[in-house]
Amino acid sequence: MIRFGCTHVGIAARGCRAERFRDGKCAVMLSRPMRSGFGVLALLTTVFVSACSHQSANSTALKPTASGAAIVESSGGKQSAQTGSPLPQPIVVQVNDEQGTAVPGALVEFSAAPGVTFDPASALTDSSGQVTTSVSLGGTAGRYRIVASTSIKSHQKVELKIEEIALGYQQTLGRRLNDQYCERCHNPESTVERVSNYDNLEIKPHPFTEGDTLNRISDADLAAIISHGGTALNKSALMPAWGNTLSKSDVQALISYIRAVSDPPSSGAGPIYAKD
Amino acid sequence: MKEKLASLWQRLFGDSVRAFGVVSLIFMGSLAIAPAKNFFSEWRHYQHAYLKMVRNRSDATTLQRHFHGGIQQIWLPELGVVDRCTSCHVGLKEASLTDVAVQPFREHPVIPHKLDQFGCTVCHRGQGAATTVSEAHNSTLAWEQPILPAKYIESSCGECHRGPLPGTPQLNQGRNLLAREGCVHCHTVKLPDGTTMKATDDPPSLSHVADKTTREWVFAWLKDPQAYATTATMPNFKLNDDEARDISAFLMANSTPLQGDTAILSAKPSTDPAAGASLYGESFCASCHAVQNAAGNMVGGTVGPELTKVGTKVKPQWLQAWLRNPRMYDPSTAMSHYRFTESQVATLSGFLQAKTDSDLLANVHLQAATPEQIAHGKRLVSDYGCASCHEIAGIKKPENFAPELSRIGSKPVTQLVFLPGMQHTLPDYIATKIKQPRAFGQGLKMPQYTFTPAQIDSLTTALLAWNDRSHSLPASLAVAVPSESDYQPAGKAGKLMTDLACFSCHLINGHGGDMAPDLTWEGSSVQRPWLVEFLKNPGTLRPALIRRMPRFNLTDDEVNELTDYIMTVYQNPSVDRDAMPLTGYSQGQVEFGKQLFYGKYSCQGCHIVDTKSDKGYIGPTLTHVGSRLTAAWIYQWMKNPQALRPGTAEPNRAMSDEEARALTAFLISQKGGVNGEVAKK
Repeated sequence: MIRFGCTHVGIAARGCRAERFRDGKCAVMLSRPMRSGFGVLALLTTVFVSACSHQSANSTALKPTASGAAIVESSGGKQSAQTGSPLPQPIVVQVNDEQGTAVPGALVEFSAAPGVTFDPASALTDSSGQVTTSVSLGGTAGRYRIVASTSIKSHQKVELKIEEIALGYQQTLGRRLNDQYCERCHNPESTVERVSNYDNLEIKPHPFTEGDTLNRISDADLAAIISHGGTALNKSALMPAWGNTLSKSDVQALISYIRAVSDPPSSGAGPIYAKD
Repeated sequence: MKEKLASLWQRLFGDSVRAFGVVSLIFMGSLAIAPAKNFFSEWRHYQHAYLKMVRNRSDATTLQRHFHGGIQQIWLPELGVVDRCTSCHVGLKEASLTDVAVQPFREHPVIPHKLDQFGCTVCHRGQGAATTVSEAHNSTLAWEQPILPAKYIESSCGECHRGPLPGTPQLNQGRNLLAREGCVHCHTVKLPDGTTMKATDDPPSLSHVADKTTREWVFAWLKDPQAYATTATMPNFKLNDDEARDISAFLMANSTPLQGDTAILSAKPSTDPAAGASLYGESFCASCHAVQNAAGNMVGGTVGPELTKVGTKVKPQWLQAWLRNPRMYDPSTAMSHYRFTESQVATLSGFLQAKTDSDLLANVHLQAATPEQIAHGKRLVSDYGCASCHEIAGIKKPENFAPELSRIGSKPVTQLVFLPGMQHTLPDYIATKIKQPRAFGQGLKMPQYTFTPAQIDSLTTALLAWNDRSHSLPASLAVAVPSESDYQPAGKAGKLMTDLACFSCHLINGHGGDMAPDLTWEGSSVQRPWLVEFLKNPGTLRPALIRRMPRFNLTDDEVNELTDYIMTVYQNPSVDRDAMPLTGYSQGQVEFGKQLFYGKYSCQGCHIVDTKSDKGYIGPTLTHVGSRLTAAWIYQWMKNPQALRPGTAEPNRAMSDEEARALTAFLISQKGGVNGEVAKK
């Protein structure tokens, strides 16, 4: 009966599609008995589909074989990516027991504001007690709070909060300028492709994540330092003046990038997107 | 019951006056439905909520003054835009609303365009004329373009901007991937500017493949290219054993020997791994080729193929011939013709030949091919469109092998076949099709790629940008691609530069690679004796650089030929090489330059002049700069580095002429030696 209903709804819907550009509303195209049947069939289909989805949700649910006492971050926090894009590195969390040893087979679930996607959104910890998930951030620039949770023995949940940063258009522009002009000195970390110049400088520049210092500098002062060099604010001449190389909007883009990645967050960083 | 109804009827319609009154009331009530619907509409609800939210803010009066009630509309006839989104998204233009987390009230993030000029749906898609949330955002029967998910938003930039943009890394990457990963070998893409998209990769010709490798390797490669090299561009065609057997049989039978390649091993491959590793390092093979190290990391560049298991692939005599002169086998290869000596060829070929993987061919046992198998292999090669990418003797490159993608971004959803469980939207279809092309039905030919999720997102972004609007834009809005240069140097030097594959790394007049410095103005920049020495024995200018110019064992004649050409042809019209002397600057000028260098401009942050005290290594080392660069170039560089080399990291300091002259005097006095002795006339 249900299958019969489904096919009919299918046919009806297809019929609509073919006609829709001519008429806009599909119900008009259906004959009277079909219309009365349509509602019943649609209702049946809805019931059927929802029953199916309910069932499948149950069948794919993971059954934890163990439970821990604490959940900690192994890696993947405080990364930045463009809005809607996957983070460069996955998030790895670990479930430990009271003694701090890793627990395999515990269920970890990830959640965040709407728009953030996880692959997978829930998983059992592997033999080293870890769960790895790839994360894509939401469509609005800003900070996203991701919650990883696991049930502990008393059937309560422990949560781990991880923050990630989604970069909007302006911050993405800023990041590109940072990569081209700033990072070699301002980022102390070296990679194979890019050796940092940080250690070679007598007076150390501030890494852009250094929120404690940079948050105290106003936008106008930051713009002055970038445009006119360190000496503009009685700081080191090792910081050159970029005002003739970068445009005003470039400087604004750089500042918005610096504000976005600073840790702790700057006051103008906007709201944090969390689950509710 | 019946009596009650009768009495009610009597009460309402008992006489004509009553009936008239009641009917009038019903009539008025029904008339009120339309305004009531309007009154309870969604947009009015959002506008009320906005005013309520704004009321408690410190900037309430400003925000209230900016607020206009009622349905708002952006109408742009030439773009076909009627966008009423601002009826609910009330605060889009309010810069102070960045701290608001609830939609639809946030201000729009900073973008380079004005909302009034482009509206909303040009970038975000969706139905602009709708006045309810679901009709505007979701696809309906009358409107199938839902809101574009944020991760693909850059595709809308690509509708007008046909070239790369600094603010759209994802779109740029997607377009690069489409050209580089072979997509456009099979799929035709007519770009909105009338040209056809060209592939930037160069799949090898298979006409002489038997010279290069064995049938067993071809079989293993066809079965799973990524098993041989994880970075392989060739996708997996999911061939079964019989198909791989027959295709490999055909390719081998079809291959003709190439003069020079089948030469007997003239040098015995050396088995000294230390000498091989050191020659591999000295020749900077790793600038272009990657090798997977023991930790599983790729070390090296991506210009040439990965060499982790190359010993399992190539025949020793072919490898030696290739090392002697790669242009014999492939005239268009990106690899330089190193002038290796015979003993170097032996050392390097022995070193590479030892990079094997015994597992790769362990289970490949092929019988001699039968004529039927070869014939079947030929049919399969045509069926799978191998000749779309590879040159294969006797097989014509198929035309329009795969569906054209010129307007894929506007493909009607009704024409698509979706997999069960996936969302019925165009972006989801494109992304899933790239991710698992064979899942969409039996007998499909599109091969399986190994793209990362981020790469799939960027490919989808680039494909969505080719839509009806991108082809029908008003000419005033289209932003053209910067024209591509196919510059080729002329004459004997030009031939030599092609042979050495200078353009694989260097950019000259807009043509070439980006690994090494732009040489367009090299003739104005350097002194002749330095260039001669450098070409004979390239040293390094930048301490932190891992990719360096290799030594090509050039003869004196070749060096002179190249130097003459570079010094004569690659000159900047605004830099007169002889305008400033290389010596004869006053001690005072040099001293002033030194003060500027270490004080005001603090150049030592990035450059080294005194190896004892200076440590900066972003820019080139300047200990010998006085015998490398011309004074005129240094002076012009001080005045405006970006004018000479766009995009250089050296900031423009807007120096006075006097400062630039003093710094030139100081730098030109650095002719080597620990303290940089001052050269005097």
